[in-house]
This record gives sequence, C-alpha cells and structure tokens, in this order.
Amino acid sequence: MLIATTLAIFVAMILAIIRGITGPTLYDRILAVNMFCTKTVLLISLLGFVMGRPEFLDIAIVYALISFISVIGVLRYSDTNQFKHTSAHDELPKKEP
Amino acid sequence: MDIVILVSSSLCLFIGSFLCVSGGIGILRFPDFYTRMHAVGVTDTLGAGMILIGLMILSPDFLVFTKLMIVLLLTLLIGPTTSHVLAKAAFHNGLKPALNNKPLKQSKTKEPTH
Amino acid sequence: MVVAIAIIKMKDLFAVVMLTGIYGLLSASFFVAMDAVDVAFTEASVGAGISTLLMLIVISMTGRREKTTRHKPFPALLIVAITGGLLIYGTLDMPYFGSVDAPSHSHIAARYINDSMQEVGVPNIVTSVLASYRAFDTFGEVIVIFTAGIGVLALLSVTHRPEDNDKFSTINDSMHEQHLVVRIVAKMLIPFILLFALYVQFHGDFGPGGGFQAGVIFAAAIILYAMLFGLNTARKVINQTFIQLIAATGVLIYASVGVASLLSGGNFFDYNVLSNDPIAGQHLGILIIEWGVGCTVCSVIIIIFFNFAGRREIQQNNGSKYDTNQDLQ
Repeated sequence: MLIATTLAIFVAMILAIIRGITGPTLYDRILAVNMFCTKTVLLISLLGFVMGRPEFLDIAIVYALISFISVIGVLRYSDTNQFKHTSAHDELPKKEP
Repeated sequence: MDIVILVSSSLCLFIGSFLCVSGGIGILRFPDFYTRMHAVGVTDTLGAGMILIGLMILSPDFLVFTKLMIVLLLTLLIGPTTSHVLAKAAFHNGLKPALNNKPLKQSKTKEPTH
Repeated sequence: MVVAIAIIKMKDLFAVVMLTGIYGLLSASFFVAMDAVDVAFTEASVGAGISTLLMLIVISMTGRREKTTRHKPFPALLIVAITGGLLIYGTLDMPYFGSVDAPSHSHIAARYINDSMQEVGVPNIVTSVLASYRAFDTFGEVIVIFTAGIGVLALLSVTHRPEDNDKFSTINDSMHEQHLVVRIVAKMLIPFILLFALYVQFHGDFGPGGGFQAGVIFAAAIILYAMLFGLNTARKVINQTFIQLIAATGVLIYASVGVASLLSGGNFFDYNVLSNDPIAGQHLGILIIEWGVGCTVCSVIIIIFFNFAGRREIQQNNGSKYDTNQDLQ
C-alpha cells in the first residue's frame, strides 16, 4: 500500500511539472511549484517509511518550511511593473495599480 | 488489533493518494488560474493530511509519531495560507477570472411596479 | 533532464527561476532515494529555497525576458566540445564509477565506516567525516563562504541614510493591511523555525543535520521576517554591524579550535588532544566547529540577502521618484 501511494504521489508530481512548463501565466507556474513542493514533502515522508529510516522526517519538515518561504518570497518580489498582468493577456480592462 | 491498524491506515493512504492524483488532474484540465488554484489548494491540504494520518497510525515509536504530527500541523497551517497569498497577489496584479459574462437575473422584489 | 532542457530553451526568465526551483527539489528527491540524507537536506534548503529567492530578487531588478542572441555561437560550441572530450578522455583511466576495487572504496571508505565509531564516537558518519577526518577541507569551505560574503559586501554594499526611513515607512503601512493574514501566520511560524534550526545544529551528530543546514534554516527564518515586515524593520531587529561581526566570529571560532589543538601538542585540527579523553575531545571539537560553521553560513546568507534587497529597494525608489516628478508637472 505504501508503494502504491508513492507511485500515486509521483504521478501527481509529473502532472504538476507539466503544468509548470506549459502554463500561460506566471501564477500558474508559481502554483505548480507550490504543489510540487507539497508533494515532495509527502514523497519524502513515504520514502522514509518504505526504506525504514525515520530520519527523513527532518527533511520533510525542512521542505515544508522552505516551500512556504519560497512562495512568499516569489510573491513578494514579483509585484513590480514588469510582472503586472498586461491587458494583452485577457480581454477585460486592467485594474489600476 | 494488528489488522485494524493495517486496514485503517490503508484506507487513509488510499483516500489521500486519490485526492492528490485528482488534484493533479485538476491542475491540468481546469480552464483558468483561479479554478486551478481551488483544485490544488483544497486537495493538496486534505490529501496531505490524510496521507500523514495514515502514516501516523503506522508509526513504530513515539518520536516518529511526534515528528509526523509536526509535519501535519505545518501542512495544515501553510497550505491555506499559500493559497490565500497566491490568490491575493494574482488579483492585486490584475489577473481577472474568466467569467462567462451572462447578465444577472433580476430578482422579483427589486422592481415591484413594473 | 526534461526540466534542464526546458530551463535552457525558455526565454522567460521568471519561468526559468521557477523551473530551477523544481530542478533543485527533484535532485534533492534523487538524493533521498539514494539514501544520502545530509546532502538532500542541504540541497533542499539551499538549492530550492535560498537560490530561488536570490535569483528572483536579481530578475526583479533586471529585465524579465532574456535577450535573443544575434549570432550563432559556433566557435564557443566547438571549444566546449573539445574541452569536454579531453576531460572525458582523461577520466577513462580512472576506475569505473562505484566499482568495488576503486581506491576510494577499498581503502578510505572501509576505514571511515569501520573505525569511525571507535575513533570519533559520533553515530552520523557524514558528520564525523566532514568535521573530524576532513576538518581542513571544511575549513576551506567556510573560508569560501566568508569570502563570498565579503565579496557581496565590497561590491553591493548599501549605505543606509536615516532620511530614507520615512519614505519606506509609508510603503510598510500600506503593505500592512494587504498582508495581514500572512503576517500573523509568519509570526506563529518564525519562532518555530528558529528553534528547529537550533535542533538541526545540535542534532547533527546523531541524525542528518550539522552546521551548514542549520545556518541556512536560521537565515531563512530571518529572511521571511524581512520579506513580510519590510527591510527597515528587519534592519532595526538585526543590526548589520552585528551580523558582519558574527560572520567573522564564526571563522575565528573554527580556526581557534585548530590553533588550540596545535598549542596543546597535537596536529592542526587534531581533536584528540583537546580534552583528557580522546572521544570527549572529538565531541568537543566537532561541537565547536559546527557552531562556527553555523554562525558563518547564517550571517553570510543574511548579509547577501540584505544587500540584494537593499539595492532593489533603492532602484525601485529611484524609479518611483521620477514618476512623482512627472505627476507634479
């Protein structure tokens, strides 16, 4: 059962990578990275159980924290004018900053 | 007692992995960013919670149980916060959701004199 | 492999940074699958966390699109191919990767794995190799990290004038209502992250961890605080001079352990002479140098982050100054 769950998480990670490579807006890519990070946390915990080494849980805690800090950092530093969603992308008028 | 542990943890792991895979399919097939974020945010947190609960039932000693509990609390705290921050940043930077622009139905109490 | 090719091909630099983050996480997962826990730890914290953040700050200052190259770089490709071919030809003489009769497997690895417990007394073999058998190499790594910090300070150091404070505080107030949820959650998380960094630092003897990883996690907590509450508030909390002092102190602690063992009659970095019992001496030596490594790594990453972000802030405020001038006309 553990191995089946590991394979399922692996499939979800591959789907997230596909969305990260295609993915028209940049927020899609940030979302894909966030999902990938959460799935990595689960994968590490499962691998730790499968291989019988509970030290992996320290790594899982670190990954969860690092993914949180990364997403906050990405969103904090992407609110310059270059990243504003221009009206060429969608038909509705752009909101004034 | 052993079989109860095995069955319950297998159930939790199965539900968790099903939710995660369905979240993965959702992120590929949904049409718009906000719908995709809905799929990922909900299924990510709940699926992760289920898988971690399944692992906690299987854990051999107390230290592993405590560490898994810490990971679970962190995931429950971090997941919804990231979704909130992502949606707020996207909306603030001008990404509009794909509405279908149908005119709203007028409610009957609004215009009694027509 | 797919992610690496996508990184090279894509012109949108922001997507490249995201994919680099995914690449770092993927390689960390490979390390975990190969049972190399400490390496996965370091790769996760540095490769997937800090590098993505720093590259992102840089992109937000430069452009977002990569400039298309005008010329086909054929001579460069030829030179790279020839050099690569020569290097591969040079390695044909070495034993195969992971073969049983390679010298590193038959002599060194056997000595480390068999004798590490008796000689050093620390369950984590990676820590014992890194901190005791190869302490001099680790000393070199710490010096390299310290030099990187000095380099950033020399090139990018930002002189902070007090009259910039009120300009920034208006930005901070406007940010407060927007980011309320995240600020509260971060206030709950930051003490936990700091405590976890200390746990990783001192648990490095028994499980994965050690000075490098602990320093990175500690710096990540400070960076989170600085990102959410504004650089100014963070500068008041963490004094810049103090951090630079800590960076130098870390290297000094590390070197002083070596000098102390010299003065006590052993070799440089020979921990056996530090105390009456050789095993206790080893433990003491490893503890102190890991603390020195943690100090230096943490403070250097904080220095690099503050200087990058300070530069970006100045560039943004210079840009907005021009905008307000146009509005007044």
